[in-house]
Amino acid sequence: MTEPTAAEAITRAHRQEWARVVATLTRRFGDLDTAEEAAAEAFATAVERWPHDGVPPNPGAWLTTTATRKAIDRLRRESRRADKYREAHLVFDDDPPEPPGVVDDDRLRLIFTCCHPALSPEARIALTLRMVGGLTVTEIARAFLVQEATMGQRITRAKAKITAAHIPFRVPTAQDLPARLDSVLTVLFLVFNEGYLATGAGSDPVRHDLVAEAIRLTRLVQELVVAPLGGAGEVTGLLALMLLTEARRPARISVSGELVTLDEQDRGAWDRHLIEEGHRLVHERRAAVAAGGPAPGRYQLLAAINAVHTDARNARDTDWSQVLALYDRLVRVDPSPVVALNRAVAVAEVDGPDVALALVDRLPLEGYHAFHATRAELLRRLGRGQEARDAYDRALELAGNTAEVAYLSRRRGQLGTLNDAGRSGPAPSR
Amino acid sequence: MPKYLLSVYGPAERNEFGDYPSKEAMLQAFEDTGAFNDRLVAEGYFVFADGLEQATTATVVDGQGDQPVFTDGPYLESKEYLGGFWVIEAPDLDVALRLAAEGSKACRGKVEVRPFQTEESFRALLET
Repeated sequence: MTEPTAAEAITRAHRQEWARVVATLTRRFGDLDTAEEAAAEAFATAVERWPHDGVPPNPGAWLTTTATRKAIDRLRRESRRADKYREAHLVFDDDPPEPPGVVDDDRLRLIFTCCHPALSPEARIALTLRMVGGLTVTEIARAFLVQEATMGQRITRAKAKITAAHIPFRVPTAQDLPARLDSVLTVLFLVFNEGYLATGAGSDPVRHDLVAEAIRLTRLVQELVVAPLGGAGEVTGLLALMLLTEARRPARISVSGELVTLDEQDRGAWDRHLIEEGHRLVHERRAAVAAGGPAPGRYQLLAAINAVHTDARNARDTDWSQVLALYDRLVRVDPSPVVALNRAVAVAEVDGPDVALALVDRLPLEGYHAFHATRAELLRRLGRGQEARDAYDRALELAGNTAEVAYLSRRRGQLGTLNDAGRSGPAPSR
Repeated sequence: MPKYLLSVYGPAERNEFGDYPSKEAMLQAFEDTGAFNDRLVAEGYFVFADGLEQATTATVVDGQGDQPVFTDGPYLESKEYLGGFWVIEAPDLDVALRLAAEGSKACRGKVEVRPFQTEESFRALLET
């Protein structure tokens, strides 16, 4: 039998237990700061002790107990916090039993607190990755390309606001739950997107750590929310969307670091397991809606669109009318210009690029690189070479992702060789 | 229980109907705000509430020197000024935000919610 090494056990415990330890301590001590520091100290102690003493039989309980002791030590040192009530409370509640249901509930409270709508979106993301995800401030700063001191200050300020403004550590009431859950899903989706389409000239085109973290946290929220609270189909929808997107990653960036668009991807390289799981979740939601459940929201619709794409054996087999029908529903749920832009791509396939271009030209997305990239592709298909070139130029000015920049440059370069495509007829079909 | 300041801002110069577009709108807002205040009292959240005269009536006083210096007008130059406020007591921010949303609807203005210092935070300040 091969025992896991202490280092492996610590890595695994960090993944599985960090949020639980922080959440349990936050509930007991009523303070995120104390919980975070004590959790970090407990893991540091594990790094010191486990290689010599061996891995404890129940690492989670060991970490929680150790962190609790660290927190008590700290509070006793800091006399100002050790007010009489807490002192008494701590003395009598030194090593409590932990019924599993309560602990799970604490992690959910932690997530809702970190994603509280009174915090700025940037603060919610940073705090969630730190408190729930267990990423270090350094890692989060690197992921979002900001100075470590800036990120540290952002997290410190958010924690201070939670304390000073008395943001409660609890799962919201049924009345507030839909809006609050939406705030949580927005945070997770933003983390995923930042990983999936990393911005910044010096960064990798895909930040796998952020993608993996977003999926892991969404699984956690799904596990915690869907079962006990019921009807939270959007969580399942978001998870399916992430899985079906992540499944295509192996085919999405070429060996030379260039973005490969959906129609040109090697579909054999897609991750079948992720696709199967994603499809299963989409079917599950479709069945729930058919059985009279609430109408699907944006994440379920986006997941369904991705399920249509990943269902097609090759790009030509894509059921574009189905994609368009789903976008028509999505536009009603989310009438933002970005959704309208993506819908126009489906319109181009069903009704032709000229119809799509007329829709795109009306959108107020002058500062968005994908607007210009979409226009460029449509103009190219319409044989309007010079206009397409201009649109590629504008897209290149605005694009931040290195793989996208490489792709757009090549597409623009090809136009140069299509001599007078504008006069000789439509551009070659994709 | 934590206390919160709920502030409402309005234009520097008011028209003949205060911050409202018409007399009817003004009377309706007063009535709705009065009803909201009554509910705050009945439900135990109310500490204090009142409206202010317009910002041009303010005087800034600097008493740090030998002689106090008086300056006409509000402390900060702004397009909008504090027009009125509530002080409420609420168990946590979620409750304060819900009440602020109701107050905002009643008075037809945006409401800023800001916590007061507590005994604990004040003590922490003294010991840093």
